[in-house]
Amino acid sequence: METYYHPKDLAHFSDMGKANPALWEKFMAYYGAVFANGALTEREKALIALAVAHAVQCPYCIDAYTQSCLEKGSNIEEMTEAVHVACAIRGGSSLVHGVQMRNVATKISM
Amino acid sequence: MPSAMKSLKFRGSRLASAAEQVRFLESTNGLPRFDEKLSGAGLHPLAATGITVFQINVGKLCNQTCRHCHVDAGPDRSEVMTRETAGMCVAALARTDIPTVDITGGAPELTPCFRYLVEESKRLGRHVMDRCNLTVLLLPSQADLAQFLARHRVEIVASLPSYAASQTDAQRGAGVFGKSLEALRLLNSLGYGREGSGLVLNLVTNPVGAFLPPPQGPQENHFKERLAREHGVVFNRLYTITNMPISRFLEFLLDSGNYEGYMQRLVEAFNPAAAESVMCRYTLSVGWDGRLYDCDFNQMIELPLDNGYPAHIRDFDSRVLHTRRIVTGNHCYGCTAGAGSSCGGSTT
Repeated sequence: METYYHPKDLAHFSDMGKANPALWEKFMAYYGAVFANGALTEREKALIALAVAHAVQCPYCIDAYTQSCLEKGSNIEEMTEAVHVACAIRGGSSLVHGVQMRNVATKISM
Repeated sequence: MPSAMKSLKFRGSRLASAAEQVRFLESTNGLPRFDEKLSGAGLHPLAATGITVFQINVGKLCNQTCRHCHVDAGPDRSEVMTRETAGMCVAALARTDIPTVDITGGAPELTPCFRYLVEESKRLGRHVMDRCNLTVLLLPSQADLAQFLARHRVEIVASLPSYAASQTDAQRGAGVFGKSLEALRLLNSLGYGREGSGLVLNLVTNPVGAFLPPPQGPQENHFKERLAREHGVVFNRLYTITNMPISRFLEFLLDSGNYEGYMQRLVEAFNPAAAESVMCRYTLSVGWDGRLYDCDFNQMIELPLDNGYPAHIRDFDSRVLHTRRIVTGNHCYGCTAGAGSSCGGSTT
């Protein structure tokens, strides 16, 4: 069945450089620098990326960073906790907007 | 979990045939031949640089049936080295100055000639390593094994894929993690892994699945912190080893639909520096029946020394073997991916 997402498309990510190599190269240089060991380890950064991948619900990123987390030495329990962090922030984000709801409701209610 | 209670051989699997494994690996569509990759890196034909490790695989008998085992070892396997063949190994060793004897299996300690090999190798002044699955130390028949190893100052290289029970048990069998910790505490109580004791306890981790191992240094720190904090266990070094696409791990790859993806991953991660440092260049591998190989993996898929070199330990000639040409195949991608992989962990 035709779908918008195809797993094999992930391997064609670099095709995005074809129409504008300069911007692609700048992006990749930045991307590589972001994920290198720094104040945070590569392992920690991969876990953050996995959580963000779930928050932005990108199936390509989930595929890539699941593999990356495992190859950086994380295990399924640790990765599941990272996904729960994304879930908590997304859920908390909805809930904290309830304060706005309460503000509006309070203002217009008797 | 489709496999792991019995060996491929016991189950009559087509993958029990080494020839079938080689045929499969060499005929995979879209896979560049390993020798072409070596040529591209200026390393073909691959040749030995010497022999500093004399690795003896004493047999396929084991008390565990791990899902990734490249030996297809298990309790249902009976192939073990005889005392006569072990004697030939010692005689060959005595004619050389090879510094390290690396004893593996199976669970090598279950083979009757194991202690003979340890004692004679030590008598010759060699450093001896025992590739230990840990749980063997708890068997009633091996009640004095840990003390024996400590008394002979044998370096223990022990398998522990993860500091988490779920991962370790998924690869090595239910309950193995708990028993492994018990064995590690026993070894620690004898001084193994403790600073200043001189008793070396190194751990080996293989990925629990179809992916590459993590960087060795950071993962060693992680293991040390978690094992010490959560279990009070200490050790010296952690070796990260890539799973080879042969035997029971090959079965897992095929059954789980991961074969092509995993091979692609290995090929993409081919590292010329790792290829230059592969362990076969400084290792000689002796099989339970005395046959000679470039490495333990070649041994398991029955690719013996080629090109007219001595085929059996009785014909051992170190001068000839020091510079021998090495037999390679597509399984070798397992040793050249990423940071490289060897019995001593990553190679770059």
